[in-house]
Amino acid sequence: MNGALEQRLSPDELPEVCRALMAGGARLQMAYAWFPEPDTPEVIYLGDWKRLEPFPMLRCRLLDGRRELPSLAAITPLLGWYEREIQDLCGIQFSGHPEPSPLVLHEGARPEMPPLDPRYQPEEMMPYSPQPWHLPAVEGDDVQQLPFGPVRADVLESAQILFYYVGEGILHCHPRLFFKHRGLEKQFEGLSPLLGVVLAERISGVDSFAHALAFCQAVEAAASSKIPERASYLRVILAELERLYNHLHYLGHLCHTTTLKVGEAQGKLLEEQCKQINGEFTGSRFLRGLLVPGGMRRDLSLNGLEERLRRLEPQIIDYMFELETTNSHLDRLLTTGLLPRQVAFDQGASGPIKRASGIQRDLRWSHPYAAYGSFNVDVPVRQEGDAHARSQIRMDEIRASIKLIYSALENLPRGRVSTEVHAFPGSEGLGWCESTRGSIYHCVHFDEVGHLARVKVKSPSFSNWRVFPFTVHDSNMMDYAINEASFGLTMAGCDR
Amino acid sequence: MPVWTLYGLRRGVATNPWPDGGQVTQRGVQGMPRFHSEQCKEGCRVCADVCLPGAIRIIENGRGERLTLDYGKCVACQMCTEFCPEDAMEKSGDWAFAVSKRADLIWDEALTSLPAQELTQKIHTAFGRSLHVRHVDAGSCNGCESELQALNNPYYNLHRLGIFFTPSPRFADLLLVMGTVTYAMKEALLETYNAMPEPRWVMAMGTCAVSGGAVGGGYACGRGVEEFLPVDIYVPGCPPNPTAMIQALLLLLNRTPQRVQGGHFAD
Repeated sequence: MNGALEQRLSPDELPEVCRALMAGGARLQMAYAWFPEPDTPEVIYLGDWKRLEPFPMLRCRLLDGRRELPSLAAITPLLGWYEREIQDLCGIQFSGHPEPSPLVLHEGARPEMPPLDPRYQPEEMMPYSPQPWHLPAVEGDDVQQLPFGPVRADVLESAQILFYYVGEGILHCHPRLFFKHRGLEKQFEGLSPLLGVVLAERISGVDSFAHALAFCQAVEAAASSKIPERASYLRVILAELERLYNHLHYLGHLCHTTTLKVGEAQGKLLEEQCKQINGEFTGSRFLRGLLVPGGMRRDLSLNGLEERLRRLEPQIIDYMFELETTNSHLDRLLTTGLLPRQVAFDQGASGPIKRASGIQRDLRWSHPYAAYGSFNVDVPVRQEGDAHARSQIRMDEIRASIKLIYSALENLPRGRVSTEVHAFPGSEGLGWCESTRGSIYHCVHFDEVGHLARVKVKSPSFSNWRVFPFTVHDSNMMDYAINEASFGLTMAGCDR
Repeated sequence: MPVWTLYGLRRGVATNPWPDGGQVTQRGVQGMPRFHSEQCKEGCRVCADVCLPGAIRIIENGRGERLTLDYGKCVACQMCTEFCPEDAMEKSGDWAFAVSKRADLIWDEALTSLPAQELTQKIHTAFGRSLHVRHVDAGSCNGCESELQALNNPYYNLHRLGIFFTPSPRFADLLLVMGTVTYAMKEALLETYNAMPEPRWVMAMGTCAVSGGAVGGGYACGRGVEEFLPVDIYVPGCPPNPTAMIQALLLLLNRTPQRVQGGHFAD
């Protein structure tokens, strides 16, 4: 696949090669399966290694009707969820999996065949009759269960959280997600790359630009094409505008959970002002309808953008300073939701979450895309791993984003903004992007007529939801909402 | 340590007074495309080919091919406006698309000559009552939630209009549904509706909730709320911006006129 360093393996070689990769300092990022031929699925594992080194990729075909692989979850725990997803959507089993229950499809969902099998073309929604779900056994005197959701208080996305608790203390928290599973990866099947972008923008609304960017870059990688310089600078500016409104939202939302009302109002007002800037300069508050494989759909005039940001910047800086000097707010954040570095690494934490737990990685810096290679990208890092560290990382990234936008505007080249991209039948490409919430990878496979055969979307919220419960165990009810807000998770991206 | 009360006071009033005076400030935000049928060329199907949700279709009706346009499926991706060789599809700032009859979102040739004034005459006077809203995310992309959350920010300050979000469906007048309705959310959606006292209303917010939009169908998604519940107000948009959401809520309360009829937008 263009963009990755491949190794083709037989099923039996997998565990050993995976161990060797890990020992060499690599970290696996995700796994998925697809059907190059209807009866021969292939499972693909993607990892990352050192800065500027290509992404290692392991590919393993299942021949002769074989539908089972050894589970790698014991070697690298973050693969646990990906293996369960493959099991649900592609019908491949993983022997020795520590928790082999369904994940993405709820118990009681009965598609006629694995949904990602290309022969499965359902006319309507699959049959479903809700069944009890698999739960961990928790025993002890006075342990109570509290199911919360899927329709939760406030305007929130749908998810169910089951708490096992004693008094105020939470023993165990078991999120049940994927209520919003829309089968999006299936819906890419058969689309042209042009229409694929429209769908990619709708994977996660608040990451519209980042997902569309990763998708476009994957198509461009498949076609081995290079985009005009002006387009690559515009992509940097727009990606940072997306980061800006998102981070401001989470600062405001964090104030909501610590009941700092004016702080909430100010954070969300600043978010609104950023969205209005998006609308004014691009036509879309969510930066949609701008990207196309090969560059931008149209050129943008960004005259006046710098001035608008220069006016907003002091308000943002001032606001962050006030937050950092408010004891009542800080008291609630410090030591809340601790995520140790090793857990963050093993379970696959991504983005600001991992950087707040001492892992200094950022795709904009480690594997520059668009025009990021031309800029100094600051990668802030904190060691504490608590809700406060996560909020500080967001603040640092806000400052860095504004700087990046100024510098990209100053150096914005003139010229064309798009080029013809032609992906050959059967070609494949990997695209990546560091979104507000963490790393996004898109893998695209084209069919024999140049349409999309398979698109795999690795979203940061899928990674961070897997990590999140580890910070909740042995904490207390009062801190839960603060902790969840500090993670900045979306359901749409996770569930897809 | 900051005194947040003073901090807030120093910032002054941030709220935009619309609709009680003030400008509608969604400057630059692109809405649904406007269709100029007189410019449309027969035999051309460029716009239909680039329309992911199938809002534009070419149908054969015996006397040749005809274009149909359903704004209830439109996600305002602007593809048709950029690809139409005849400029029959025009970019616009028309986003106040809330309607009470689904059929009003389907473009109707016969209405072409209807003067806009006729629509605006239909203004109903406010009978000013408050409204409590229970929101349900039935499988959205979170874009709609992001804009709905924005209604509580100081700029839109929804409370000033007597409209509130309530945590319990038992206190709700309106069920505000977003998303296509996924297989796993159907049950929870119906339970929420059944827990509401009568009279109750349902609003389908966002193109996904109106028709399934760009992601409806497939093994996990429905094609909008209508399949499962009676809908009172349809609000296409991907997502509808916060002002469009306010307009829809006020339309339900008869405090603002409907702007769209037969797929035509009245300025």
